[in-house]
Amino acid sequence: MPDLREGIRSGPGRVLIAVYGVFVIAAAARSSVQILTRFDRAPLAYLLSAFAAAVYIVATVCLAQGVRRIAMMSCVVELAGVLVVGTVSLVVPQAFPDATVWSGYGRGYGFVPLVLPVFGLWWLRVTRAGVR
Amino acid sequence: MIDVLATALSFAALGVAAWSLVLILVNRRFALNRPYGLALAGAILVVELGLLVQAVAGVIAMISSGRSTDVLVLVGYLAGPVLIVPLAAVWAAAERTRWGPGVLVIGFLAVPVMILRLRQVWSGHA
Repeated sequence: MPDLREGIRSGPGRVLIAVYGVFVIAAAARSSVQILTRFDRAPLAYLLSAFAAAVYIVATVCLAQGVRRIAMMSCVVELAGVLVVGTVSLVVPQAFPDATVWSGYGRGYGFVPLVLPVFGLWWLRVTRAGVR
Repeated sequence: MIDVLATALSFAALGVAAWSLVLILVNRRFALNRPYGLALAGAILVVELGLLVQAVAGVIAMISSGRSTDVLVLVGYLAGPVLIVPLAAVWAAAERTRWGPGVLVIGFLAVPVMILRLRQVWSGHA
């Protein structure tokens, strides 16, 4: 019987996790700089940046370790986050004086933040026990 | 920052990404016991060493010039690629299918992007 953990993190899943890893570094670095250097300028946006970074970390670790349930939840939170923050950043731009990874639906990152959770959920579905 | 090195590293990283793409197309994994894999590993090592030199030279340049703007951002863009390259290499080598080189494509496309951002922030066009 194939190891379920291997199932998620092998094949296309390995590339998916690699993209997640890049976003962990991008989001974590961005929010650290924002919070350490100018937190008082836009606390809400910067806390959201930190939250996004935390979600990427959880998603990456859980995908790599095969913790299916939490991985799925973090993908859903990510998708909701990018849709809500993306919409708010376009409709009420003054609420986000500085960008987060999710601003403008992840425009600053080639819209990858919008596509990534969809791929994550798809991959979790494809690798479900019994399907593969 | 050393402009020549930054340019050379960008092209070298793109070269590794292109090479990895070829491996995917001909359905090869990132195999360290094969000449094509070993040569790729060598190229990755050279890029990593170059990135280390860039990071050290960049930090020295910032300290000696007494730079005070965007210091933390620059350190991030100097250190980021240094971290990404070995992580991508290890993560790619652990995969037994053609998706291993796929990891290298992702990692080594991120490197030139970070170097580009480094140069923009360095010259003040943040």
